Amino acid sequence: MSDVHTTPEPDDAEFNDFVQLLKPRVMSLVVFTALVGLLVAPKGLTFIEGFASVLFIALGAGASGALNMWWDADIDAIMKRTLGRPVPSGRVTSGEALGFGVALSGLSVMMLGLAANWIAASILAFTIFFYAVVYSMWLKRLTPQNIVIGGAAGAFPPMIGWVAATGSISLESSLMFALIFMWTPPHFWALALFMKEDYAAAGVPMLTVTHGRKSTRTHILVYTIMLIPIAVGIGFTAIGGIAYVAISTVMSALFLRGAFQIWTRNEEQALADHYKIEKQVFRFSLYYLFVLFSAFLLEVVLKPYGFGGW
Amino acid sequence: MAFDKPHEIYKRRFSRNVGVGLALVFFVALVFGLTVVKMIRGQDMRAYDHVLRPNLIAPQAPDAPDAPKVQP
Repeated sequence: MSDVHTTPEPDDAEFNDFVQLLKPRVMSLVVFTALVGLLVAPKGLTFIEGFASVLFIALGAGASGALNMWWDADIDAIMKRTLGRPVPSGRVTSGEALGFGVALSGLSVMMLGLAANWIAASILAFTIFFYAVVYSMWLKRLTPQNIVIGGAAGAFPPMIGWVAATGSISLESSLMFALIFMWTPPHFWALALFMKEDYAAAGVPMLTVTHGRKSTRTHILVYTIMLIPIAVGIGFTAIGGIAYVAISTVMSALFLRGAFQIWTRNEEQALADHYKIEKQVFRFSLYYLFVLFSAFLLEVVLKPYGFGGW
Repeated sequence: MAFDKPHEIYKRRFSRNVGVGLALVFFVALVFGLTVVKMIRGQDMRAYDHVLRPNLIAPQAPDAPDAPKVQP
């Protein structure tokens, strides 16, 4: 009788490698915005339904991240920041990433449909399709506006949270979508200015490469200006209130100041202080979104005491 | 015959197996919880199945314009 041997694979995938395929940092933003979308909705779900809804929205977003890593393994292997990801590092095979992404996509959509409703599940399915196919496979390597259009995928979670609770899309959820959609370009382009990834070698037409850094600085300012009416305007809908309007006005003014500073600088100035302003604006943009969505929650918390809302 | 020592694959894949196991237990618990909640809320899970069931029709006032006429 012969013994069974397996080939030793010291780089076998650990559980954490599959967690990394889900892009946990992106998932944390998805969890937060979806939770806010769900909590500010006029109708509520039971705790376990709400918990399951947010979990499966996050898993769906993670699944699209896994599909993105499967498709972009060739790009990830070129750029320093992404070289250590599970697929280019060889810890997870390309087929495993694809299978994991497809299976989780199906599971998350079906489970969201069962936990909440099928409209929310349909939007989640569309989001996964949009990120994996429209953004990753099609636009990312085709146009320097890839970030703008791809931002839509990240903008859907609060809308899905809202629809999970109410069963319908409304003005408020559409404006929450628009808020993240308009926030993504200045946020990401600020990062692109100081990260200096080798996008050209990877064949990704980033704005900093195709149109230059001066043009990117202008784009950041223009998109920030377009973001502000949406960010403040939501405050006058049913989910807003005086507190939100005040907070969003102050935060938007600070964001605009940062974008203006980026616009007035040139590369020599940025190199001299190691992209201090660009890094500050990038960090601030993260706080900006977090604070604005927290302000929606604040309105909900204040409402029972007669302060929140209009 | 003495047992051989466990194959190294068990050691190598320990964290992965524990992770998958815990994820499956959590998933089962979540589906069970969801089922309990939906059953407690008493949702009517039956849908229209091409057979008219009177209990699926919302009650209407007898003098409503769309109320079905009852034959004597």
